[in-house]
Amino acid sequence: MAEEMKVIYERPKSWANKVTHYCPGCTHGVAHRLIAELVDEMDLIDKTIAVWPVGCAVFGYEYFNFDSVEAAHGRAPAMATGIKVTNPDNFVFTYQGDGDIASIGMAEVVHAAARGWPITVIFINNGNYGMTGGQMAPTTLLGQKTTTTPMGRAPQLNGYPIRLPEMLAQLDGPAYIARVSLDSPVNIRKAKAYMRKAFNAQIRGIGFSLVECLSTCPTNWQLTPVESMERIRKEVMAYYPLGEFKVAEGVL
Amino acid sequence: MSEKVLMKGAEALAEGAIRAGCRFYFGYPITPQNETPEYMSRRLPEVGGRFVQAESEVASINMVYGAACAGVRVMTSSSSPGISLMQEGISYISGSGVPCVVMNAMRGGPGLGNVAPAQADYLQAVKGGGNGDYKRIVLAPASIQEGVDLFVDAFDLADKYRMVVMVIVDGLIGQMMEPVEFKTTVDVNALKKPDWATTGRHGRDHANIISSLMMDTATLEKWNLELQAKYAQVAATESRIEEYEMADAEYAIVAYGTMARIAKTTVRTARARGIKLGLLRPITVWPFPTKQLQKYVGQIKGALTVELAYRQLFEDVELALCGKVPLGWYGRGGGVVPGPQEILAAFEEQFGKGR
Amino acid sequence: MERVSIDEGRCKSCSLCVSVCPVKILTISDRLNERGFRPAECTDQAKCTSCGWCAVVCPDVAIALYREVKA
Repeated sequence: MAEEMKVIYERPKSWANKVTHYCPGCTHGVAHRLIAELVDEMDLIDKTIAVWPVGCAVFGYEYFNFDSVEAAHGRAPAMATGIKVTNPDNFVFTYQGDGDIASIGMAEVVHAAARGWPITVIFINNGNYGMTGGQMAPTTLLGQKTTTTPMGRAPQLNGYPIRLPEMLAQLDGPAYIARVSLDSPVNIRKAKAYMRKAFNAQIRGIGFSLVECLSTCPTNWQLTPVESMERIRKEVMAYYPLGEFKVAEGVL
Repeated sequence: MSEKVLMKGAEALAEGAIRAGCRFYFGYPITPQNETPEYMSRRLPEVGGRFVQAESEVASINMVYGAACAGVRVMTSSSSPGISLMQEGISYISGSGVPCVVMNAMRGGPGLGNVAPAQADYLQAVKGGGNGDYKRIVLAPASIQEGVDLFVDAFDLADKYRMVVMVIVDGLIGQMMEPVEFKTTVDVNALKKPDWATTGRHGRDHANIISSLMMDTATLEKWNLELQAKYAQVAATESRIEEYEMADAEYAIVAYGTMARIAKTTVRTARARGIKLGLLRPITVWPFPTKQLQKYVGQIKGALTVELAYRQLFEDVELALCGKVPLGWYGRGGGVVPGPQEILAAFEEQFGKGR
Repeated sequence: MERVSIDEGRCKSCSLCVSVCPVKILTISDRLNERGFRPAECTDQAKCTSCGWCAVVCPDVAIALYREVKA
């Protein structure tokens, strides 16, 4: 009897199929792929405008087959607001690292969330400034050594890490706020399901949505990619619990 | 069709922008231009546009950046300290080659300064501000009517050259009332939709990307050379000046905006006394009307730059005329606006009785 | 035809796929790809269950999965 090969998984059509500039094992690539899969599955390629940050994902627009703009550091939610206002029917998301969103761009994301207009934020938390060489980020854990906290982050000197989803969930504006982890196949699949809800919150016009992705930075953490995944499970999740912090009515 | 209506400057300029096709406005309150965003907030929805009050000037200009990427006519307005906060965004917008209009109702500085009229942001507007080699077209109306008329040019120039166009005024123009006529109403639906805009692919065979990032040095240098060629073309073709009583002038005042308006009275007073004084009023301060000034080399025996700042406009006058015409300067700061007699006194002090 | 297809030119040798494969059929090869990485490879295609975990963790979108079906 003849046999045919059925496709179980192939690269998404909205993925530009270039080799990324990311370090080996960096989960930026995973988050990128999930976005591309969802854009394909939800048939959004013609409607999508992505707003890329300053940080490791600064070249993000190179890797997708949809329209993109490159924002100034931290200003992606403001830029996305300008885009969404001019084209309300488009699907507009920002992709931002922890320094971009929770340090220099804190005001922009808080007010985008408070306005509650339907844009989506994908927030990559890898606990340091990867692009500039591993300095302390607003999300760096207490005790964590970085190039600007050589003795480890001390609260007296450096303050405390910021849990952005929990902060934003206090606002009335957001429709969907969640934190996921990219450490394992099970959690990556869950991450995609939550990101789908975030995308839907926008497409259904319900409101602002944000998904924080616990991510790795093997190069600056000075761990192997596999050890980095273990660190997320052992140390990072202890401070940054996974889950949904806000789910407005109608978000699926 | 059009008739004269009595309007406050800041509101008339907002209406002028809307008549010029502006449908999106993002801004943050700051004196002395609050009537502009307030007017926009009630008027834009009536014409199918959107007004957004941003959380800061930093956010305002980046919202403008986003909307500009969509290829629509978009603007913001602010006053000196707020414009300072926008410099990063203006650099990015310039580096990405997308069009927008920014209005600065200049006030006294530096720092928080005060809210009185000033022209102390001249060098920021025409020479620098943000990082990198970029230029804006800078229009400097001297009356409400001229400001309204220039807004049509501002948006046309922004679209034509994909540049930031700044309109610089001050609180005097913003706060006074004058009769104004709206001669032109641009049909926004008739405006050409740009092919570079990020509006979603919608069947387009490629993705549009708007970015000011070019890591490859050769690529970035090439882009800079393209920008420089564009700026050279603008400099060669778009400079404008008003020449007032210059035909037989033996001396000239060089001034723009509010200061030029006051200096016109000085010219009339001087002429009544037999002094052949004229006025050279740059309407574009970038590109600076250098050639139009140089035309008077050999005719005039002196040029007095008058400004609400300390030797800022004077730098450009000096570059245009230095060594060829004796130069004088008179300026006031801190929001102090000199009257026509003070300007005349300064002229006579520096150039004698002009005879 | 392969069940696990690894695009060796895209692989950065991070080993995440190797670490999650439940049937332990992925390994890092001794070869170098054009970028100087040792790409992951499948040692026993027949044992692949098409669970998809390798493709799910791959940050470089380098893995495709196929399964025979009776025509």
